[in-house]
Amino acid sequence: MNAPLPPEAAARAARQREAVAALSAVLPAHALLWQSEDTTPYECDGLTAYRERPLVVALPETETQVAAVLKACHALQLPVVARGAGTGLSGGALPNPMGVTLSLAKFTRILQLDRAARTATVQCGVRNLAISEAAAPYGLYYAPDPSSQIACTIGGNVAENAGGVHCLKYGLTLHNVMRVRGLTVQGEPVSFGSEALDAPGLDLLPLIVGSEGMLAVILEVTVKLVPKPQLARCIMASFDDIRKAGDAVAAIIAAGIIPAGLEMMDKPMTAAVEDYVHAGYDLDAVAILLCESDGTPEEVAEEIDRMLDVLSGAGATRMEVSKDEPQRLKFWSGRKNAFPASGRISPDYMCMDSTIPRKRLADILQAIAGMEQKYGLKCVNVFHAGDGNLHPLILFDGNDPDQLHRCELFGADILETSVALGGTVTGEHGVGVEKLGSMCVQFSAEEREQFFAVKRAFDPGGTLNPGKVIPTLHRCAEGGKMHVKKGLLPFPELERF
Amino acid sequence: MDAALAGVIDRVRAARADRAALELRGGGTKAFYGGSPRGEPLDLRPLAGISSYEPSELVITARGGTPLAELEATLAERGQCLPFEPPHFGADGGGSSFGMVPPRGGTVGGMVAAGLAGPARAAVGGVRDYVLGAQLLNGRAELLAFGGQVMKNVAGYDVSRTLAGSMGILGVICEVSLKVLPVPPATLTLRLEMDAASAIRRLNEWGGQPLPLHASAWWEGTLVLRLSGAAAAVNAAFVKIGGEIVDPVLAAAFWQGLRDHRDEFFVGALRAVEGGAGLWRLSVPATTPPLAMSGEQLVEWGGAQRWICTTAPAATLRHAAAAVGGHAVLFRATDKSAGAFAPLAPPLDRLHRELKQAFDPDGVFNPGRLLPGL
Repeated sequence: MNAPLPPEAAARAARQREAVAALSAVLPAHALLWQSEDTTPYECDGLTAYRERPLVVALPETETQVAAVLKACHALQLPVVARGAGTGLSGGALPNPMGVTLSLAKFTRILQLDRAARTATVQCGVRNLAISEAAAPYGLYYAPDPSSQIACTIGGNVAENAGGVHCLKYGLTLHNVMRVRGLTVQGEPVSFGSEALDAPGLDLLPLIVGSEGMLAVILEVTVKLVPKPQLARCIMASFDDIRKAGDAVAAIIAAGIIPAGLEMMDKPMTAAVEDYVHAGYDLDAVAILLCESDGTPEEVAEEIDRMLDVLSGAGATRMEVSKDEPQRLKFWSGRKNAFPASGRISPDYMCMDSTIPRKRLADILQAIAGMEQKYGLKCVNVFHAGDGNLHPLILFDGNDPDQLHRCELFGADILETSVALGGTVTGEHGVGVEKLGSMCVQFSAEEREQFFAVKRAFDPGGTLNPGKVIPTLHRCAEGGKMHVKKGLLPFPELERF
Repeated sequence: MDAALAGVIDRVRAARADRAALELRGGGTKAFYGGSPRGEPLDLRPLAGISSYEPSELVITARGGTPLAELEATLAERGQCLPFEPPHFGADGGGSSFGMVPPRGGTVGGMVAAGLAGPARAAVGGVRDYVLGAQLLNGRAELLAFGGQVMKNVAGYDVSRTLAGSMGILGVICEVSLKVLPVPPATLTLRLEMDAASAIRRLNEWGGQPLPLHASAWWEGTLVLRLSGAAAAVNAAFVKIGGEIVDPVLAAAFWQGLRDHRDEFFVGALRAVEGGAGLWRLSVPATTPPLAMSGEQLVEWGGAQRWICTTAPAATLRHAAAAVGGHAVLFRATDKSAGAFAPLAPPLDRLHRELKQAFDPDGVFNPGRLLPGL
């Protein structure tokens, strides 16, 4: 009883007392959690393979409280990790073991919906889909639709520059956000962008959107709303060869068509989702393409005909056009349920997120097939084919540390191959902690130092979500490329961030 | 590395060593814009050429000094375009420090640095929405690549898009990758008679409906509207909106004149500027009612851009824009002592200074072009 704590645990306990004392002064008791049974639910986000316990979780209810929390943390130089719904897939909201997790879950009000200006101003904790639901009576909606849109928050979407299946035509989060209001690390109010189409000075919105909580804390977002198309129809096309399917995608674009959605699934993925949603997918197809057209009925009819021509010219073995809205949604149901369907065929899966030039699709899928052999793990593939964004889902059993380890190597290999093919290590999920090593592959030491310099401009003390997004020189030297080139790392349990 | 790039890097190194400033210069067609250029001119036109273009990837990559006209002609051959319609202003034909006589007209790097977009801006987005990646030479003479050639990319901070409208203060834009789109298959220009208040109201009403609205301009009681998209959609929208169809040749000339500031309003404005007036660009929320202001007004971008040619003092314009949540740019004037751009609020002002420090610690690039003292 009362044995002395080991020195590290004692230091942590002392720091925790400091944090609790400082934050108790600015938050009501119920808005502060630090007992381990209360902080456990916050120990990971959508990337469950990584877990950490924060010192405390702060759940402020007003902007004044958020500012006070930031000021208190700034005074103590406590790391702050902002968190929305915790659905992120790269560990961006993974707690800092010596820091504060700042939950913004209580900021859930839609502040203004301006029908004439087609904008919505919402608090950061408003769910993505809730915006479109609120705008629906006016025939408007918010275009970006990440798969987690039922649960994920707009603040998190902005932090990650989230995408979805309609990016080719409607853009990413950045293209649909007009203004972001928030607080600096020091707790000062700051606003980026405006309700006009531009703002004076440098355009800092592109830095803030996708900054993964490293530059500022987001409280309020003004988004663009767009008119809901009168009609959408979808073609489901089968191919007996991956390369033909990839060429079909290029042919559609080359024909001057920008489909509202253009998605691909490989055979194992199709089998997994068909078993889950029973949408009538062609189980013999090596690849399935979903091509959507939206607009006026005349426009859609014209575009669907043109796409059918291109697809059959590209060698589609089977094509079906949705006859009505229920059938269209059915076509999409498999694609939208790719992740849960994978969860049913494997104890765990890791979802990767790289982007490649569209024309390299067959090359990367061939490379992934080789990696399945190399790492002894299965991989199923869904692909935002229209914008070149791949989501290979690596299947593994997390209870087997060796499988987890091989899965990480497999993932890093996919990312490195994507960069080699002219792409990037993350299309829409962010770097977080998951892809820190891969950032060493994509960026030079000078480029990473420039990122750090940007970070310091906003956060001189480096306390906003420290250790994420940009790997240190030290880390790149130690681990960056090594795991892929030299096979299995000797110490898989080694801390990697 | 080729000689042109090596030459630019040497100039930046030398300027840094001498603590000298450089004026980054492409075609010199936008030298009038922003704060007055200072420093030794660095002609970037030798840094030219289209590095890659793949129509089926919807991406073109070109070096900063590539003539904009050349880039657009290359896209047009494949039925594609830069949808944001960057303006082509007249060239002043400055000589080259590399002893060549490059083509006249603006460059791709200048287009990105100025961040100006034409009539289609409200419908399709601005320059930054089409930037996918860039190669930047920073103030430490380091050549850095950000972004890439793919549509979706969230690796690291999105530095490349922040270069759009940066007026060259962060570094030399050596190369840029841009998203391109097919030229819309059909286009139709309509004329409707109405006052400014009705035009702004109706533009916003139409904007809330699934109509292929592509550009708008209101001046002196006439609204000119451009529809673009699938032929079926354009025709259906005409039936709904009505108005008088403008001859396609005249319409194309009108929109190009508006884009390049050669149409009647801007010709008049330029004369007034010579006489001491200021040409102001007010960027405001699209639904802002007509601004009560003396002088000629042209309303573009569905109401979001107001051009005002006036002798009113700068404070009046800046106040009027700020009062509705916008900002005012002194676009052309003989006297720019009031500052080309609106000053920034305290935290933003500090962040700008810190960012300038992060990219260009010795203040080599384009001092004062974007903000005084930067």
